[in-house]
Amino acid sequence: GQPDYDLLVIGGGSGGLACAKEAAQLGKKVAVVDYVEPSPQGTRWGLGGTCVNVGCIPKKLMHHAALLGGMIRDAPYYGWEVPQQVPHDWRKMAEAVQNYVKSLNWGHRVQLQERKVSYFNMKASFVDDHVVLGVGKGGKETLLSAKHIVIATGGRPKYPTHVEGAVEHGITSDDIFWLKESPGKTLVVGASYVALECAGFLTGLGLDATVMMRSIPLRGFDQQMSTLVTDYMASHGTRFLKGCIPLRVKRLPDNQLQVTWKDIASGREDTDTFNTVLWAIGRVPETRNLNLEKAGVNTNPESQKILVDAQEATSVPHIYAIGDTAEGRPELTPTAILAGRLLAQRLCGQSSDLMDYDNVPTTVFTPLEYGCVGLSEEAAVARHGKDHVEVYHAYYKPLEFTVAERDASQCYIKMVCLQKPPKPVLGLHFLGPNAGEVTQGFALGIKCGASYAQVMRTVGIHPTCAEEVTKLRISKRSGLDPTVTGC
Amino acid sequence: MSIFHNSVDSESKSKFLLQVKELFSSLGVEYNILELDQVDDGANVQEVLSEITNQKTVPNIFVNKVHMGGCDRTFQAHQSGLLQKLLQKESTYDYDLIVIGGGSGGLACAQEAAILGKKVMVLDFVVPSPQGTSWGLGGTCVNVGCVPKKLMHQAALLGQALKDSRKFGWEYNQQVKHNWEIMTEAIQNHIGSLNWSYGLSLREKSVAYVNSYGEFVERHKIKATNRKGQETYYTAAKFVIATGARPRYLGIQGDKEYCITSDDLFSLPYCPGKTLVVGASYVALECAGFLAGVGLDVTVMVRSVLLRGFDQEMAEKVGSYMEQHGVKFLRKFIPVMVQQLEKGSPGKLKIVAKSTEGPETIEGVYNTVLLAVGREPSTRKIGLEKIGVKVSEKSGKIPVNDMEQTNVPYVYAVGDVLEGKLELTPVAIQAGKLLARRLFGGRSEKCSYINVPTTVFTPLEYGCCGLSEEKAIEIHKKENLEVYHTLFWPLEWTVAGRDNNTCYAKIICNKVDNNRVIGFHILGPNAGEVTQGFAAAMKCGLTKQLLDGTIGIHPTCGEVFTTLEITKSSGLDITQKGC
Repeated sequence: GQPDYDLLVIGGGSGGLACAKEAAQLGKKVAVVDYVEPSPQGTRWGLGGTCVNVGCIPKKLMHHAALLGGMIRDAPYYGWEVPQQVPHDWRKMAEAVQNYVKSLNWGHRVQLQERKVSYFNMKASFVDDHVVLGVGKGGKETLLSAKHIVIATGGRPKYPTHVEGAVEHGITSDDIFWLKESPGKTLVVGASYVALECAGFLTGLGLDATVMMRSIPLRGFDQQMSTLVTDYMASHGTRFLKGCIPLRVKRLPDNQLQVTWKDIASGREDTDTFNTVLWAIGRVPETRNLNLEKAGVNTNPESQKILVDAQEATSVPHIYAIGDTAEGRPELTPTAILAGRLLAQRLCGQSSDLMDYDNVPTTVFTPLEYGCVGLSEEAAVARHGKDHVEVYHAYYKPLEFTVAERDASQCYIKMVCLQKPPKPVLGLHFLGPNAGEVTQGFALGIKCGASYAQVMRTVGIHPTCAEEVTKLRISKRSGLDPTVTGC
Repeated sequence: MSIFHNSVDSESKSKFLLQVKELFSSLGVEYNILELDQVDDGANVQEVLSEITNQKTVPNIFVNKVHMGGCDRTFQAHQSGLLQKLLQKESTYDYDLIVIGGGSGGLACAQEAAILGKKVMVLDFVVPSPQGTSWGLGGTCVNVGCVPKKLMHQAALLGQALKDSRKFGWEYNQQVKHNWEIMTEAIQNHIGSLNWSYGLSLREKSVAYVNSYGEFVERHKIKATNRKGQETYYTAAKFVIATGARPRYLGIQGDKEYCITSDDLFSLPYCPGKTLVVGASYVALECAGFLAGVGLDVTVMVRSVLLRGFDQEMAEKVGSYMEQHGVKFLRKFIPVMVQQLEKGSPGKLKIVAKSTEGPETIEGVYNTVLLAVGREPSTRKIGLEKIGVKVSEKSGKIPVNDMEQTNVPYVYAVGDVLEGKLELTPVAIQAGKLLARRLFGGRSEKCSYINVPTTVFTPLEYGCCGLSEEKAIEIHKKENLEVYHTLFWPLEWTVAGRDNNTCYAKIICNKVDNNRVIGFHILGPNAGEVTQGFAAAMKCGLTKQLLDGTIGIHPTCGEVFTTLEITKSSGLDITQKGC
């Protein structure tokens, strides 16, 4: 018979909601099935997915709280008579952040209602390639059938498998933003952007934070920039245990956590106690409980991600996957949103535009923010050869740092270009305050095929940090000192 | 310089001649043209010429009696620097270049010329303000402009951050006072270090720096008068005027005696107290904004519109945000008299103002009156009339061609003294650098004054690039434009409980040109940082379609431009609900 819906979206995160709302607006009958499996520590949240609840939104707010701590320290240099030591109240911040997130959950519900999208707070699994079984809180079962199905279930943080006590005593980014009490002295394990961002704001809020990393920071990002990111953190109080792997976590009688780890190079074991252990060693896609095999949807057995084509279609042509569950896609909110909207437009015959996953800009909100778009220096060299790549760079000092006597050793910009005129820009990397705001516009320039000369011909806005991008004169090859002096 | 030519020849050859003429005039070189078809023995001359030079074609060009060749050869010589060398031989001047004015544009030009191997002098002298304020090397931007104002703006932003920080869990007692002296001293110390580094940088590049007032006395000759009144004379092959501008006074009773300007404010040794800012230029609004931000009682007296020349919708929003945050506005009034009631630091001044619309007059008492009613170019007392450099009667500004060249070929000008150009530091720097490269480096790139981005650092910052909505309508007609806009709520403002539906983004697209973005406007935090990259994108031909295809960076303010959907013409609601 007729399916219940034109479109069924599994997962109420950024991508799923965007797709559902767009399709409904274009006149389709749409349903969203969303369910948040509580974290091993029992944390749960409302509609909106990772970004809103346990990702971008709370982390940027806590990052901002940490930045405000820096501004309080700057304020006396600018004439404000602020007390020397200003304590931070985690509970107050967390409550404010959580209230805001809850208001967003509510907003998402209202938006679905306004657009007449049916919403089911149920755990979904496939029965066949057109039918999904939803299981509600009380165990109530509902069958939903649809012509098209979009999988947008996202991902969840990974726990280590061979570390004793990891799951019982450790938390992840699923929990940190919902803690009622301060996490206290914290060990963050991992070197992903999640790890560094969390360690960064914890340090900024005055907590004792340590990062334990096995190998390199920010894998996949430009490594020179990544090293500067961690250098800045280290010089601002975050401890780093490099080349170390955790062995076990034990709860002591005084409720503290004793962590034992090994230095890979020397094999030496070491131990310390913490109040909180946060695992940030990567994420796994939420695909295991979907019964994908019943629908015939193929996954990459290694990553467990769903294989998709340029149309976002899976191995079953009327079943699609977007966002963090899809193989080879950047795990970023705005890409999921745009991919979801474009998919809905194609499904409704509104457009044939495909999502362009090239030159996606992003920003890591570490204490010193790192914004980038395009290729890292390593990737550019690998693709085009060292002789064909020209890198322009500069160490600069934000004007606001001067009066506040801040150290700007890691404020750095790098533009990776092809050496052959007109020297098209392959990648831009910016480390400094407001990196996200700075990077956004330049991302467009790169999308427009900007050349080095065009960026240099752009008149600067004085005095900003972004103007330094338009003044990059020193090439790495020249070996000249890239420190910006004067104005 | 001699050019032999025959205008009977084909048109294309005349084009060559034009190019050569343009090159010589851009280099400030005087030349003679002998039109061989217009002299009696032209045919003979041409024969002799081809015998000596082995060149039958015209134009046939000689530089300082050395045969150069035709048009192509001349341009090649310019590129290789040979032409400049030949021209230099002629020089009997003290310097290749004297720059008058050590501000952003002048210093950029001088240093670039020195890097290109020229003998360069910079004359810089700050005439004290009527209040006696004076400063060091670097010009307006560094001493009494961009740098101190952005730092005072930052001080004000920190005041806001302190308020926000409590909402984010930072705990301290409610009342935080601001100390003007500490702020000003810190800022002045930073400026001092910049002054010093400019001096150092000139020395490193072997630019002669003379702290004297420059004044033309005759062709190629300038008189430099130092603080003690000692006069020295210097000559140069070329001159660049980069003397900038200074704040204007009203010419009413008491203004020069009792009022201050932006020349004085940033180094004021005492807190200005209750302040009246006269004017609605960006300088006026920026100063009013940060003074209010550090806790002072501030009133702005406005004759007509805010931020003339900027998009008026944005300007009004800038003003209304300030008003909501405690700045008072007196619209449609002009001051007629300033009287001192009490001396002191600050003292007390009475100001009388009259309505621009009727007979009404009002009086007010303030500690400080800051005039920010425009700027006057410093061109009247530098002897320009002695060498015949034209100055606009009305504006006092210097008209130049697209090579920054005045009507006197060996005299150029950059920066705020230019007629009809933008008064912005980065523009002056770019113009100065490119000028030096054209004059001495064999380059031909001209300074572009189109799509120059700028930012007004009012409490809510306003960044823009390209056309205002008014200007766009005037040039392209309303029916050919589509304006996309939205209000937005920065994430950081939500938890802080700050104004929703205040920050605003707008782009103006030309529908008949592929929806090209011809105007970009943003009102919000970090507007300068946001605008810069978009300005680069506009240089590369940004269209609405490209904006739509670009991925946002989440969560930032800049990402709002990648999801603009609502057109102004639709009249749809742009207030923000949810995320």
